[in-house]
Amino acid sequence: MTTVLDRRNVPGAKPGARTDSVDVEAHDVAAVNRAADRQLYAARQKIYPRLAHGRFRMVKWIVMAVALAIYYGLPWLRWDRGPDLPDQAVLLDMAHNRFFFFFLEIWPQEFYFVTGLLVLAALTLFLVTSIAGRVWCGYACPQTVWTDLMVAVERLWQGDRNARIRLDKEPWSIRKIFLKAMTHVSWLLIGLVTGGALVFYFRDAPTLAAELATGTAPAIAYLFLGIFAATTYLLGGIAREQVCIYMCPWPRIQGAMTDSHTLLVSYRTERGEPRGPARKGADGLVDWSTRGDCIDCKACVVVCPTGIDIRDGSQLECIQCALCIDACNEIMDKIKRPRGLIAYDTIAKREASARGITHEPVQLLRPRTLLYFAMIALVGIVMLVALWNRTTLELNVLHDRNPPFVRLSEGGIRNGFTVKILNKLHEPRTFALALKDLPGAALSMVGAEPGSALQVTVPTNTLRELRVFVTVPRDGLGQLRDASTNFAFEVRDISSGQTTRRGTLFQAPEHGERP
Amino acid sequence: MSDKREIDDVTGVETTGHAWDGIKELNKPLPKWWLMTFYASIVWAIGYMIVYPAWPTLNGYTKGVWGYSQRAAVSNEVQGAKAAQATFRTALEKTPLAEVKNDPDLLRFAMVGGAAAFATNCAPCHGRGAQGFAGYPNLNDDDWLWGGTLPEIETTILYGIRSGDKQSRISDMPKYGVDGILQTSEIDDAAEFVLSLTKRATDTAAVGRGAKIFADQCASCHGAEGKGNPELGAPNLTDDIWLFGGRKADIVQSIFTGRGGSMPAWHGRLDAVTLKSLGIYVHSLGGGK
Repeated sequence: MTTVLDRRNVPGAKPGARTDSVDVEAHDVAAVNRAADRQLYAARQKIYPRLAHGRFRMVKWIVMAVALAIYYGLPWLRWDRGPDLPDQAVLLDMAHNRFFFFFLEIWPQEFYFVTGLLVLAALTLFLVTSIAGRVWCGYACPQTVWTDLMVAVERLWQGDRNARIRLDKEPWSIRKIFLKAMTHVSWLLIGLVTGGALVFYFRDAPTLAAELATGTAPAIAYLFLGIFAATTYLLGGIAREQVCIYMCPWPRIQGAMTDSHTLLVSYRTERGEPRGPARKGADGLVDWSTRGDCIDCKACVVVCPTGIDIRDGSQLECIQCALCIDACNEIMDKIKRPRGLIAYDTIAKREASARGITHEPVQLLRPRTLLYFAMIALVGIVMLVALWNRTTLELNVLHDRNPPFVRLSEGGIRNGFTVKILNKLHEPRTFALALKDLPGAALSMVGAEPGSALQVTVPTNTLRELRVFVTVPRDGLGQLRDASTNFAFEVRDISSGQTTRRGTLFQAPEHGERP
Repeated sequence: MSDKREIDDVTGVETTGHAWDGIKELNKPLPKWWLMTFYASIVWAIGYMIVYPAWPTLNGYTKGVWGYSQRAAVSNEVQGAKAAQATFRTALEKTPLAEVKNDPDLLRFAMVGGAAAFATNCAPCHGRGAQGFAGYPNLNDDDWLWGGTLPEIETTILYGIRSGDKQSRISDMPKYGVDGILQTSEIDDAAEFVLSLTKRATDTAAVGRGAKIFADQCASCHGAEGKGNPELGAPNLTDDIWLFGGRKADIVQSIFTGRGGSMPAWHGRLDAVTLKSLGIYVHSLGGGK
């Protein structure tokens, strides 16, 4: 976006102002990732992000602390579900095919709840992106959070940007080997702890922790721990911004979510240009009336974790982390110019200010955001209704496929079924099984005395599979209108009276055909 | 080959110095990651040859230091599966046949194991769903040649039918037509009488003549009323189930040639737990008495 704008209309920029302070360190760097000099097969140039100070850096530290605390702490949270069930608040129990999430308990056949949660997450991402750009990328994405953590650790051992550049240029020495080794060891440890935390989501955390410590955990736990330790080390420590630029599909997609009303981290060209080093005039003051506010110190470039120059405009590599805003504001304070040369701004606002309208509001409500919001509301309501109607008792019926029916010696027809009763309550329940809408038919079950009332007990939170036969005697065959007759199985909880039904078919030969 | 590096004027890239008809080759080395992967593959391959079986020799092959073999891996897996089932297998071995159904988990184990053994050993004759074919009984129904109680089914499975085993179930239906015991017309009359047992006869005179023949020739095994006798494997002729077909032509053929299918004895071929599971599975198909 290269609209040429008249800088004199920019709020805060006082025409003709003069300041004396230009005591600012200028960096002799060029952005690593520039569209202008991009090559297809260039080797990666290492980026040395400098530590920024300011509001957005603080927000990022807080988000990082919260995100890491949730990630590492969540498996240790307990949630009482009664004696027969795990008491871990969030547990993906692969061995028993259950997903426990606080009050929610998802069986494999209810996985649509998880799908719904993912759809909600995606729509929320779209909404947030259309309002404020790549907030996810800049603050909350695991790649950003862990890269930030890895860079912080690197800074702890090797110092900030300049010290790191110096160290890399130095010949190898004991000190350099030590600092480099300690950095990589720390990254690997972070990787191990990250992978270690992940496996706790799949098995009771205190038990698994003890098993891991004593070397008795299942092999699969060590395998996944290793995989995630390695990927954390590689993606967060080594690959860093390359994951965002080359591996992640989201930068390619997110362009479709943003428009001229989206708040994006922007360099206000109209205020900054023409840029150049600030030089004091004969009176010892800088004359700002003839030049832009950008003194080309490149503070915004050196803090950038993806190695771009924000002054080149909106670009794919920008993860919108806003660290350049912090860096620039610090400089603006020093040279006594108003903050916000780089700021969250919309294209619409900047174009309006070019026309002299200084109070163009940020438009949050627009068709795009309203549509995303409506979709979120819709999916949310569907999910809530589904959750509200979630049954604690389910019945599944599977008709035998081979043979579809059996002729008995007295001439009657028998069908075999596999019936599954799902008891989702946290207590054992006894159910009575009965037939509906099939007059004259008899029900029997493998393992039950013939003629007895069919009662089965299903233990806490499990499924019980039964082998059941439905027989229509010879005399009853005349009442079957078709080769296939609809009827239903019904189970009733003996104590609570809760019932549920499942329809199926009774199959017989055409017109009671004889062998 | 020149000693000096030569730079191509147009592209600014170094050449290899090779020239063909005046065309020079640019030096475009393989990407480093590709080379690294290539070298890593070589190292991997060498390691692989050391630890795994790799090279054929004159009378065998190199075994590799890990001593891996797929056959051993399979038998390890089988042993592992057996060990995992050990609790149920010992319980099934100890529990009397009639009491298995009292333990739902044990019953389910027996049924699933029986189904698997059935699919491998019995399905070729009795069908995948035990639905049977002409001459091979349907095991889902409630009509049993040799009895449908658990012990009777177990005996049939263990020793077979006309299997040659010492304890095999055995009986022999005469070949009335082939051996000339009955005239063709007498066979026809007898068949008409058999049809009358299921109220399908059309010729009452023939039924009358056939009744006499049936009483003389057939009743000793099939019973005076044609209800059959599980002791002798003689089928019930009054019900709706016909192993070799229930039309008159089928019945005539059965009398003419005699009938008597065979089934192998399974004791000795399958282990005791599998045999027990098979019995329980067949009994659970729906017809078990």
